Amino acid sequence: MNDTPVIGVLALQGDVREHLTALAVADAVARPVRRPEELTEVDGLVIPGGESTTISKLAVLFGVMEPLRARVRDGLPVYGTCAGMIMLADKILDPRSGQETVGGIDMIVRRNAFGRQNESFEAAVEVEGVAGAPVEGVFIRAPWVESVGAGVEVLAEHGGHIVAVRQGNALATSFHPELTGDHRVHALFVDMVRAERAAESL
Amino acid sequence: MSVTSPAPTPETGTARVKRGMAEQLKGGVIMDVVTPEQAKIAEDAGAVAVMALERVPADIRKDGGVARMSDPDMIEGIIGAVSIPVMAKSRIGHFVEAQVLQSLGVDYIDESEVLTPADEVNHSDKWAFTTPFVCGATNLGEALRRIAEGAAMIRSKGEAGTGNVVEAVRHLRQIKGEIAKLRGCDNNELYAAAKELRAPYELVKEVAELGKLPVVLFSAGGVATPADAALMRQLGAEGVFVGSGIFKSGDPAKRAAAIVKATTFYDDPKIIAEASRNLGEAMVGINCDTLPETERYANRGW
Repeated sequence: MNDTPVIGVLALQGDVREHLTALAVADAVARPVRRPEELTEVDGLVIPGGESTTISKLAVLFGVMEPLRARVRDGLPVYGTCAGMIMLADKILDPRSGQETVGGIDMIVRRNAFGRQNESFEAAVEVEGVAGAPVEGVFIRAPWVESVGAGVEVLAEHGGHIVAVRQGNALATSFHPELTGDHRVHALFVDMVRAERAAESL
Repeated sequence: MSVTSPAPTPETGTARVKRGMAEQLKGGVIMDVVTPEQAKIAEDAGAVAVMALERVPADIRKDGGVARMSDPDMIEGIIGAVSIPVMAKSRIGHFVEAQVLQSLGVDYIDESEVLTPADEVNHSDKWAFTTPFVCGATNLGEALRRIAEGAAMIRSKGEAGTGNVVEAVRHLRQIKGEIAKLRGCDNNELYAAAKELRAPYELVKEVAELGKLPVVLFSAGGVATPADAALMRQLGAEGVFVGSGIFKSGDPAKRAAAIVKATTFYDDPKIIAEASRNLGEAMVGINCDTLPETERYANRGW
């Protein structure tokens, strides 16, 4: 088995290129995923930042939603940033009508919780499992996590709100490490994918 | 990319937050809307943002007169109706309109040639705002001058309100072509290139190194069909603005959804064909070669 994991980036809409770059720097083979059949070829998947309503609609429309849910249930490692975090939430506090999620993390997410674009901000964030200096958190119309279930690990908070979580093979952040050039969070995810591959090949 | 040390306290309105916002819109469609109902139709169709304005460009063209910033009530109505980002237009150089739009909480300000310019020499100083700006450009020099003034996103101008994609193609090809040319320049040539482009040397050098603008590049002005949107994407636009093309057509909800699909699967003719079926009447459109110079919005901006 080739040692380099193949990680997809859901490329229906959003900052796909930045994630592809970050994953490549973190020593993964990165490729865009738009179709159900492309989903079968990856060891892990990133759901990028973008508009969660748009990504959700397109995922349903083009038949990606159901197979993605099935793979996440089967333990496919996934990482969502911002809109991607919303997509990984089992529940959205204030969904638009018909807005579906993939789920995978037992949490309730509030969309645009930190406010509109004028309130978007940068701040240092200490992330559990990321060694060294704090991560540069870029929060853009960002969601936060209202509450989590017992199985969910809280990895970071900002201003008293949960902004990074992990449950099993699913990782999510309110902020956008892909915009910073600091790829330690992506490296953490690539490690999760490697660990899953190692466990599967046993 | 260099790793800078994180801000000790939360900081709003940084270049990264402003430009990063546009990165989140990539691969998407931004739609002109004039009522909250239209905004909801756009959101339901999968738009990544809406542009709130009183009249779509086709009507501005038809009605004539001075076109200004929209009524704050109307903008707030649209902000209240949808959860996707809301953009609104200020006149070129009308920084007070921009201040008003910022105070209303719009997510992006379009300093737009579609409205009647307020200043025929100066654009607004966009660094002075927390709200990010998108600006139009017909060529690379114009794009870089806007970025130097603080624009966090660029759209090729095209010719708004015509339903004719020819100018959009011209301007995007122009910008992409000039970027490609810069890629081929050696360091000695970049100084003269900057002079020719009438743009700051540092930005010219950055574009030569990146092979792209330092901000997101969308296309605008004349997109009316799914194939038009896919064409602009294949030519290198990272997303599209659709103005009059949707709500001046026979079945706006259907056309809007179709353009969204074609923008995501811009390189898949089968999906574009599927999306193009039975959309009803497209907007009638105007032949740009019969349009007098004085009625070309793309000429506005300096």
